[in-house]
Amino acid sequence: MNTEKTPLVSVRNLKKHFPITGGFLQNQIGAVKAVDGVSFDIYPGETLGLVGETGCGKTTVGRTMMRLYEPTAGEIELGGVNLTELGEKDLRKIRSKMQMIFQDPYASLNPRMTVGSIVAAPLDVHTKMSKKEKHDRIQDLLDIVGLNPDFVNRYPHEFSGGQRQRIGIARALALEPELIVCDEPISSLDVSIQAQVVNLLEKLQKELGLTYLFIAHDLSMVRHISDRMAVMYLGKIMELAGRDEIYLNSMHPYTQALMSAVPIPDPDLAAKHKRIILDGDIPNPKNPPKGCNFNTRCPIAKEKCFIEEPVYREIEKNHWVACHFAEETRS
Amino acid sequence: MTPLLEIKNLKTRFFTSEGVVKAVNNVSYSMESGEILGVVGESGCGKSVHALSIMQLVQDPPGKITNGEVWLDGQDLLTLSEKEMKKVRGFDVAMIFQDPMTSLNPVFTVGFQIVEALRLHNDMTKKEARERAGELLALVGIPGAEERLDDYPHQFSGGMRQRAMIAMGLSCEPKLLIADEPTTALDVTIQAQIVDLVKRLQAELGMAIMWITHDLGVIAEMADRINVMYAGAIIESGNVRNIYKKTRHPYTMGLLGSLPRLDEDPGAELLSVPGLPPDLLALPKGCAFAARCGYRTEKCLEEKPPLEEIDGREHAVACWHWEEIAGSK
Repeated sequence: MNTEKTPLVSVRNLKKHFPITGGFLQNQIGAVKAVDGVSFDIYPGETLGLVGETGCGKTTVGRTMMRLYEPTAGEIELGGVNLTELGEKDLRKIRSKMQMIFQDPYASLNPRMTVGSIVAAPLDVHTKMSKKEKHDRIQDLLDIVGLNPDFVNRYPHEFSGGQRQRIGIARALALEPELIVCDEPISSLDVSIQAQVVNLLEKLQKELGLTYLFIAHDLSMVRHISDRMAVMYLGKIMELAGRDEIYLNSMHPYTQALMSAVPIPDPDLAAKHKRIILDGDIPNPKNPPKGCNFNTRCPIAKEKCFIEEPVYREIEKNHWVACHFAEETRS
Repeated sequence: MTPLLEIKNLKTRFFTSEGVVKAVNNVSYSMESGEILGVVGESGCGKSVHALSIMQLVQDPPGKITNGEVWLDGQDLLTLSEKEMKKVRGFDVAMIFQDPMTSLNPVFTVGFQIVEALRLHNDMTKKEARERAGELLALVGIPGAEERLDDYPHQFSGGMRQRAMIAMGLSCEPKLLIADEPTTALDVTIQAQIVDLVKRLQAELGMAIMWITHDLGVIAEMADRINVMYAGAIIESGNVRNIYKKTRHPYTMGLLGSLPRLDEDPGAELLSVPGLPPDLLALPKGCAFAARCGYRTEKCLEEKPPLEEIDGREHAVACWHWEEIAGSK
């Protein structure tokens, strides 16, 4: 990826803390630091993959980027416009440039609306198309995502999970956005259907020049679709690099463990494969550990890791790591 | 040697208002003791229902086992009464489920639930059972096992709950442990812990394990043999190497091709299986996979291919054209 280009999206030090209230007066007694200082760029036409385990804050990053959540701190720029400063009216305008595909194709489509009206909803809000124009556009969109355009009057329950996800994609494409945030778009689908949807997303990207933020927990799928990958843990990015760089040359012990935990569908390789098994569970984001937030499970944690939080730094060109000992751990 | 488990022509149906759902269609296979069998397939392929049929836990109505024999250690489970079956469950065969959140009772402590299982099947005093429960939790790698017995399920993380379920499943040292998608709800790093644990326990205790999953990755590293299921039937079975290295059924090939792999060049397009699985209410006359298959011929639409042994017990495939497909590769 040519990183000399100006980024389409720039996220700087983004934070989203959800307050915890308690006591008689429901005062704030703490905060879940779902996203805690995240910075990255996405360049036009590329796919940035965001991986991490449950509760690491990857979905919150996507939603906060779209300003579906109000960020606690930080800046989000889309094509030079700072989204964090926009009022509601301006925000609505710019939302046509960024769309989202959701994880659950069952919950994200209104069961009482026909496919046609679901896909037309963004057109109703953002454009002044005539009925005829809208009709034609919907037919086009359904055709692009591989659904039979004759299905416009059907309801979501008449479709399978994979087909519903295609409807969600058609809706996201309706306004010709520049950026699509794909939030676990395939995790609820069967393996053979996952491949269909991923191939569709890649085809659309080539044809329409889309930029994706692809959020998922499936490391091998993210590596397949992304140009660059960011690995999140407990609200922070641990490592960000090109997809081959991060696979061949990962420096953060968490990335290494995560990679090694991915099962290989090949009995011979699986037998040879050396696995790093992490102890314990992900700490509660209400109460993250002091110092490096990975220190409770890190196989190489030293004293420094419990005192000082590692700086997220660019160790090599386009390879960012947040680990005190990144130079020593390179694989 | 007689096999530990032998299933013959098992058929399970659900009689619903919309018609008869053919969930399991003529499944036959055997398992040796100490073997790890992977049962792989996508949602609705009958992998879970066939396991529930072994345990006779299919809800009736609407479900019914309409045909078949399930021989476990010399007795046909399908001929047993519910009372006799209760003794088999947990004692001879234990089952752990996908969702550890819902399979533990939230209002009782974890210790109480394990003790209950132990005392149901063994002649133990409360004190003995509690001691044994502590040992079991320690065996599955829960730190501070003794104290954790008094915790409620919500105080456990997802991975720990699954460990507790495994402890419960192992409590009576069953000959066969059926694990139904035990790691699907877990993160990869936790999944790696559980897989590691199960492999270790299997080596130590020597029970047979049936591991039901949709993930061809997890199963590659632990199974001895694999059954691939599609639309309620086994379409390919054999030892792990044959399934992954000498894949013969086009559906298995499609499943393997649609998995992106960390060790491969990520640029290539994924090989996807077009279309959707068939409706179990109205299965086609011929091969159930024919509608999605690139090698389909007239014969496939007319006649259902039998599961044919091409290398004895080591490899069997249900496809009319496996020889041509193998030759063309």
